[in-house]
Amino acid sequence: MIDFVRVFKAYPKGVFALRDISFHVPRGEFVFLTGHSGAGKSTVLRMVYVGDLPTEGEVRVSGRATTSLRPRDIPKLRRRLGIVFQDFRLLADRTAEENVAFALDVTNVRRDLIAPKVARVLTQVGLAAKARAFPHELSGGEQQRVAIARALVNDPFVLLADEPTGNLDERATRGVFQLLREINANGTAVLMATHDLDLVRQANYRTIELEAGAIVFDSGVDEAAEATEVPGDA
Amino acid sequence: MRLALREAIRSFGRAPVLSVLSITTIAFALFVVGLVVLVGLNVQAALQDVGERVEVVVYLQRGTPIEAATVAMEDILTFPEVADAGYVSEEEALRRARSELAEFRDVFDDLTQNPLPASIEVHLRPEYRDAASVDAVASRLRGFRFAEDVRYGRDWIAKLDRLRSIAAAVSLLISAAFAAASIIIIGTTIRLTVMQRSQEIAIMRLVGATSGFIRFPFLLEGAFKGALGGLLAVGLSFAAFLVVSRLVLQGRFFTPVEALAFVAAGLLLGLLSSAMSVGRHLQEI
Repeated sequence: MIDFVRVFKAYPKGVFALRDISFHVPRGEFVFLTGHSGAGKSTVLRMVYVGDLPTEGEVRVSGRATTSLRPRDIPKLRRRLGIVFQDFRLLADRTAEENVAFALDVTNVRRDLIAPKVARVLTQVGLAAKARAFPHELSGGEQQRVAIARALVNDPFVLLADEPTGNLDERATRGVFQLLREINANGTAVLMATHDLDLVRQANYRTIELEAGAIVFDSGVDEAAEATEVPGDA
Repeated sequence: MRLALREAIRSFGRAPVLSVLSITTIAFALFVVGLVVLVGLNVQAALQDVGERVEVVVYLQRGTPIEAATVAMEDILTFPEVADAGYVSEEEALRRARSELAEFRDVFDDLTQNPLPASIEVHLRPEYRDAASVDAVASRLRGFRFAEDVRYGRDWIAKLDRLRSIAAAVSLLISAAFAAASIIIIGTTIRLTVMQRSQEIAIMRLVGATSGFIRFPFLLEGAFKGALGGLLAVGLSFAAFLVVSRLVLQGRFFTPVEALAFVAAGLLLGLLSSAMSVGRHLQEI
């Protein structure tokens, strides 16, 4: 489903963001990407949603190499991905439900389908009661739930989460993480970048650790027993 | 489409001062273009009137039979440049001279013999009223056996020609300069809007909106601002026209079709400049 094959990413002046990255994420798996800031976690996620292209090697998402995509194919691919960031990226002048509906509005989903879809995902993330609230009226954890709802509303096959709990307190972190686990249990793969090792230890998911742009540890490869683990079974 | 319209209006409402400011600036820039075009149109109309008088006169040798003149006239009427040709007999020439040159009436009255020759007056079609065509026609007329002399205001026609091209060049140049100013203004306001909405655009990209979809509201906004600026400019030009025609001289204003074309030109300018601006700035987000 997601394949990195000997991926290098170099920036001008010879700085390497990624060095010889290879891994495979099968459908429905939960994978942690860990490492210090600047280790290349965000770059890996960016490569998946084609925010960036490899300098060398190949990234395949759902069978297609990202370098072979035409510009007009990229939006189509992104509609099948869910993306969540540390800073939520909600529109301040729109309510929770408008923020979620925005993802459908701008992808030409039929109008009469939007409201039920939005209601469904807001319920799924536990925010049905706050659908009319603006982001500034919500706590950090709630804002991240809205962002997750927006990511889920197009029924993605994978959720990409870049430090989704980075701005949250411990309680909100637990809540959001629990939500991500539920989403994964429903069959959506989750690729989550985090440097919160407590979180990583809480669940027995596959962990890929990056250091200076290279993989230094992959529990899916290094610990064969865990590689065959059933997704969501923590 | 509906969403794009909503987004364009939303962006308008979010920065009303900026929007009003940019529309006003565009209106004034296009107002200058409108004035220049209006002056150009009026100068052209005036020159057209003068041009109507461009004629070539063939003076006939004394004693040329009227039949020969008639045949010649039919021949002349087949020239592609010629709109009309008329025979002026010796008597007619004298009668005209008497009425037009009243102060010399005594002189004419004393005449025992008519000194004025008969002539053929040739009028040219509007598109052939330039110096080169007039020269060509005149030289062909000189070839007629009984042509005594061929007269036309050569220098005068050349001057008219030059005046026409200068008027056209000046109005073109000034219009182009102010049209460019409008493009830059609209481009800048669109750039500001793109920057202001950069977060929204980034999210649109992430959730899979196509580039065309993202671009469309900006194009709409630019076209709208351009058209509105054009409309205001037509209004301002009309106000200026009223003042000038009351105080200084009569002229003509744009016809409804010309006014509409002017607004359409504003719309196109807006569209063009927002397309250029959006294309460039969306890449930076």
